[in-house]
Amino acid sequence: QGKFTLLRDTRTDGSFLVHHFLSFYLRAGCKVCFVALLQSFSHYNIVAQKLGVSLTAAKERGQLVFFEGLKSCLDLLFGEEEEQSGQPSPLQFISTSDLKALFDFVRTSLTPSGSDSWKGPVLLVDDLSILLSLGTTPVAVLDFIHYCRVVVCSQLQGNIVVLVHSNEDSEDEENELVVNSLCHHSDLILWVEGLATGFCKDVHGEIKIIKRLSLELTGEQDHVQIYQYKIQDKNVTFFARGLSAAVL
Amino acid sequence: LVFTEEDKYGLYSNLLFKYFLAEGVLCGHDLFVASAKEHPDNILKELPAPLLDDTSRNGLGEETAVKSEDFQDSMKIAWRYQNLPKMEASPTTSTKFGHYYDVSKTMSPELYESIKWHSFFLPEELSSQTQMKTCNMNSAYARLLQSIQRIIYQEGFDGSDPQKKQKNILRIGIQSLGSILWGDDVCSSDTPEDTHSLTKFLYVLRGLLRKSLSACIITLPAHLIQNKAIMERVTNLSDTVVGLESFIGSERETNPLYKDYHGLVHVHQIPRLNSLICDVSDTKDLAFRLKRKLFTIERLHLPPDLSDTVSRASKQDLAESAKLLSSGCGAMAIGKKHLGF
Repeated sequence: QGKFTLLRDTRTDGSFLVHHFLSFYLRAGCKVCFVALLQSFSHYNIVAQKLGVSLTAAKERGQLVFFEGLKSCLDLLFGEEEEQSGQPSPLQFISTSDLKALFDFVRTSLTPSGSDSWKGPVLLVDDLSILLSLGTTPVAVLDFIHYCRVVVCSQLQGNIVVLVHSNEDSEDEENELVVNSLCHHSDLILWVEGLATGFCKDVHGEIKIIKRLSLELTGEQDHVQIYQYKIQDKNVTFFARGLSAAVL
Repeated sequence: LVFTEEDKYGLYSNLLFKYFLAEGVLCGHDLFVASAKEHPDNILKELPAPLLDDTSRNGLGEETAVKSEDFQDSMKIAWRYQNLPKMEASPTTSTKFGHYYDVSKTMSPELYESIKWHSFFLPEELSSQTQMKTCNMNSAYARLLQSIQRIIYQEGFDGSDPQKKQKNILRIGIQSLGSILWGDDVCSSDTPEDTHSLTKFLYVLRGLLRKSLSACIITLPAHLIQNKAIMERVTNLSDTVVGLESFIGSERETNPLYKDYHGLVHVHQIPRLNSLICDVSDTKDLAFRLKRKLFTIERLHLPPDLSDTVSRASKQDLAESAKLLSSGCGAMAIGKKHLGF
């Protein structure tokens, strides 16, 4: 409860973790607010069905609040002049660089109403690096995450899971700033990396699981575990380094 | 959203661009061509002519027959390699995907006049005055988006017109995006004025493509962009990213390793849509060559080292290029060995 998990990928695509967390929290009965900026709803829906969860059903029973960034930006740009119900679009920051509308959207969707019976709220973001491409400053992004943490983690005792891209020799300084700052504040970091030795058919990459025990002020070091993984159609298999099925 | 990084002189990326459009013509798709430097009418006139079915099948059939004969003899020296599957440099005739084109001839006007096509030529569009929300985006990009959205809506590619029974696909081709002709200075200065216009444009375009039955190819002079951060963001926003590196004017032109080829194909990213996994291939070393009639993309073969000296002079070069290829290990190569457009 009240944890901030950072999903970080380098030289590879970590979106399989997003799909995992989405179906995991939905199956656990939590109320999920999914800010999906990179892909369309049907993409997540099809993958979730393979993992055994139906996003349309979850949306209908009110368990899932799905914000489809790609669709909303079209409404923002090509929609009619009058805004429905006077509420500004959460994607307002494309023109004003102000993330407050997005934060208000998150807060209203996760604040429990009287009839809700879901277990803790969860905020899922895919992915945060896009916000920088759309005209916000790194400080604004960090402020947004901070506000979300206050509301979701502290007040509502919920969890946040955020995906970011990063590269060791990246020249995108703004992105690196955001990623490094988030790393310092996360309770759990799942760092997915492509293999340094090149592409391999049987091992798609390596995942580092870092439990930030040093944040708990008990004097312990961070606990790091490293596994390698291979992605299949409906599943991801994890194994210890060097022990992939192809080798054994 | 297919993104092509142009080679230095734009020769080969232009060719890929025209292949994409020509395939659209032959499949009966609608076309939307946007450019800031060449009038779309001229682009259409220069599309390559399609090869007729019989000639292409005959020609390739002969080639593969010859190859299989060669490999029947057992290997004497390299016998360890006998058990490996035979490497195919050229495509097999059994999988026919798309059409083949004759680059030396242009497409006859009746072919492309039979399909519906729309054009966007920036100098013409700038002169007209239209009101639109720009969201702090470069006005040329905003107009292009407006135009694309209007066509998608009017022609019903987004399913908004339930009476339209016959569903068709819109192929969008945008040439040399981000160049100075579009009013964007990302290509000319290290600290451009507006770093976000290009990425905002791509995001909205991605939204339009996802919502409608369309596919888009964009060519971009990546070698001119000094701010690499923008290229990283652009890569994250696209589904497929392919880079073309031609050997013209570089030291590789005279390198004996590459004498059969005109350039390299770098596949930086392939789409992972609707599934956890994406298409995987065995090799990532792809090179292209422009023969008199055909433009082919093949696996990179190293010619045998028949020189007197034991070591190659360019071993250093090879090691470096191998490092470049492997550092992109996150991206996986396209499954098809030959891109038949």
